Amino acid sequence: MRHRDFASFIFPSALAMLLFIALPIVSVAVQSLFVEHDQVLISVESCGPFGCQTETKVDPAATAALKTAQPLGKFNGLGTYLNRAHLAVSEIGEILSNNDGVADIVAQIYNLPFYKALSFTLVYTFLVTPLSMAVGFAVALGVNTIPRMFKGPVIFLSLLPYIVTPLLGSLILFWMINSDGVIGASLQWIFADPELSLKASPVLTWVTLIVYGTWHMTPFAFVVFYAGLQTLPKDTLESAMIDGANRWERIRYVVMPHLTPLATFVGLVLLMDNFRVFEPIIGFSAEANATSLSWSIYNDLNGQVDQLFGSAAATSILTMIGVIILLSPVLVRTWREFKRKAH
Amino acid sequence: MATKIGYSRPLAIATTLVLLLWLILAAFPFFWTVWGSFKVQADFFSRESFWNALTGPATTRQTGGAFTLDGYRGAWIEREFYHSVWNTVIVTVCVTSISLLFGTLGGYALSRSSRSYTFWILIAALVFRAMPHITLVAGYLLPFFEMNIWGHLPTAIIVLVAINQPFTIWMLHSFFQSIPKDLDESAMVDGCTRFQAFRLAIMPVMWPGVITTGLFSFLLAYNDFAVTAMLLNQDNQTMVPKISSFLGTVQTEGTIMYAVAATVSAAVPLFILVMFFQRQIVSGLTAGAVKG
Repeated sequence: MRHRDFASFIFPSALAMLLFIALPIVSVAVQSLFVEHDQVLISVESCGPFGCQTETKVDPAATAALKTAQPLGKFNGLGTYLNRAHLAVSEIGEILSNNDGVADIVAQIYNLPFYKALSFTLVYTFLVTPLSMAVGFAVALGVNTIPRMFKGPVIFLSLLPYIVTPLLGSLILFWMINSDGVIGASLQWIFADPELSLKASPVLTWVTLIVYGTWHMTPFAFVVFYAGLQTLPKDTLESAMIDGANRWERIRYVVMPHLTPLATFVGLVLLMDNFRVFEPIIGFSAEANATSLSWSIYNDLNGQVDQLFGSAAATSILTMIGVIILLSPVLVRTWREFKRKAH
Repeated sequence: MATKIGYSRPLAIATTLVLLLWLILAAFPFFWTVWGSFKVQADFFSRESFWNALTGPATTRQTGGAFTLDGYRGAWIEREFYHSVWNTVIVTVCVTSISLLFGTLGGYALSRSSRSYTFWILIAALVFRAMPHITLVAGYLLPFFEMNIWGHLPTAIIVLVAINQPFTIWMLHSFFQSIPKDLDESAMVDGCTRFQAFRLAIMPVMWPGVITTGLFSFLLAYNDFAVTAMLLNQDNQTMVPKISSFLGTVQTEGTIMYAVAATVSAAVPLFILVMFFQRQIVSGLTAGAVKG
C-alpha cells in the first residue's frame, strides 16, 4: 500500500486517537504539575462603636478573577506527587523511622490514601485474573462435554455476567447481599449470625468485590477457552488415550499446553481490565473499606465544592505508569519479535 | 467426540455439577431481580423472609395484585427515565456508526500495509486500550470547561468514539487480514482506485466482521460509566449515570424500587442483544485470541 493511501485511510482514526487519547495524556501530565489557587485574602478594616478592627477576609471576586485568568492553578512542580494524598514521601520516611515493627509499618502505610487504593487495586487485579481464568477453564471443560442441544442456552446464560453493564451488575448483587436481600439473609441463616453484614468489615468487603470481579470476568475466559477446546488436535488426544493417559492426565499434558497461548491472551486482557476496577466500588458503595486508583481519580474530579484537577491528574499519571509496568513484558516481547522479523 | 473413549463417570458428574453451580451463579441474580422489580420494597427487601420476594404478600396488600408496575411508573414517568433512555439511544447509535466508519478505514489500511509504522500504530493502540478511561477523563475536563463544550452529547460521543478506536482497529484489522489480498489487488488491476477496491470488493465480504465489531462498540458506549458520568450535564445524562444519581436520593425517600426498575430496564435490552447475537459475541471475544 502506498504511503499516501495509507495516510488517507488511517487519518480519521489516527486523528481521533491523537486528539482524544494522546493529547489528554499530555494535558493530564501538565495539570499534575499545577495545584488550585489559594483564595485571595484581603484585609478589611471594620469600625464599630468599640473602635476599629482589621479582619482578613476571602475576596470572592478576586479569587474568581484569578481562576479565570489562570484556570490551571498555580505551578507546584512535583509537589502534588509527593504530598500526603499521593506518594507521601515524607510521611513514609517518618513511618519508617518511627514504628513498632513490620505490622505497624504496613498498617500505617495502608492508612495513606494512595497506598490504600494501590493495595486494593493490585490485590483485586492479581486475584481476580487467575480466579476467573480457573473458573472459566472449568466451565469450558464442562460445556464441552454436554450434548449439543444444551450448548446454546448454556452459553447464553454464561455470557450474562460479562455483557451486563458493570455498574448495573454490581448494583443487582449489592441489593441481593443486603441484609434484607436474598443472599444476605441466607448467609445470616447459614452462619446463624443475625448481625452478619458483608458491608461492615473491610475484609468482607474485599472478598465481596473479588467474588464480584470473578463472576463478572469468568465468561470472557470461558468463551475463549471454549473456542480453544474446539480446535484441539484429536489425534494427539487419541494417542494419549492409547498410551493410557487418564482424563486428568490428558487435560494436564494435552489440553493445557494447547491452550497456553490463549491463556496468555486472556491473562493480558484480564490484567488490563481488572486494573481499572472502578464501577463495582460505586455499585457496592464500598468506598469506606476499599478504594481503587480509578476510584480516587473519580472522587477527586467529583468533588462537590472543588474539583481537585491537580490531584486527580497526579493519580492518573501514577496509574498510567502502573499500566505501562503491567504491559511491559508484552511490549518487550512484541518488540523482540518485530526486530527478529525485520532482520 | 474423541473424549468419549475412556469416559469416566465420577469426572463427568463433577464437571456437570461445576457447570450447574456456575449457571445458577451466573443467571440467578438477573432472574431474581427482574422478578423482584415487579414487587414493592417490603417484599423485595423483606425483613421476614426472602420468599416474600417470590410470592409478594405485601405487594398484594398494598396494590391489590401480586405484581405491580409502581417501580417502573416511578422511574420512567416521575423521574423521567425515558429522557436518559433517549440520550442513550442517541449516544450508542452515533458512537457505533462513527466508530465503524473510522475503524473500517483504519483497520483496512493497517491490514494491507506491512511497514514499520503499522507496527507502531498497533502498539500505540494496545497501550491506549489499556489506559483506564477515568485517567483520560481527568485530562478532558479542564480543556472542555475552557472551550465551553462540556456537558453536551456530541462531546461525549466523539470522546467515546476515540476511546473505542484502539479496540475497533485491532479487531477489524484481524478480520481484514483474513480476507485474501488478491481480492482488492485484482480489483485494482481492473482499474479501481484503492478506495473503490475497498468499498466495492472488500466491504461486501466484510459484513460479519463489521457486525461483530459494531456489537462491541455498542456495548462499550452502552456500558460506559466513567466518561458519561463525568462529561454530561444533568439533562444529557445517559441511563447508567442516571441510575447512579438515582441511588443518592432513593435511599432517603424510600423509593429504592425506582432504581431497581430502572436497572432492570437498562439490563433487559442487553439480554435480548445476547440472545440474538450470541454467535457474533462469541466470535468477537475470540477474534483477538486467534491472532495470539
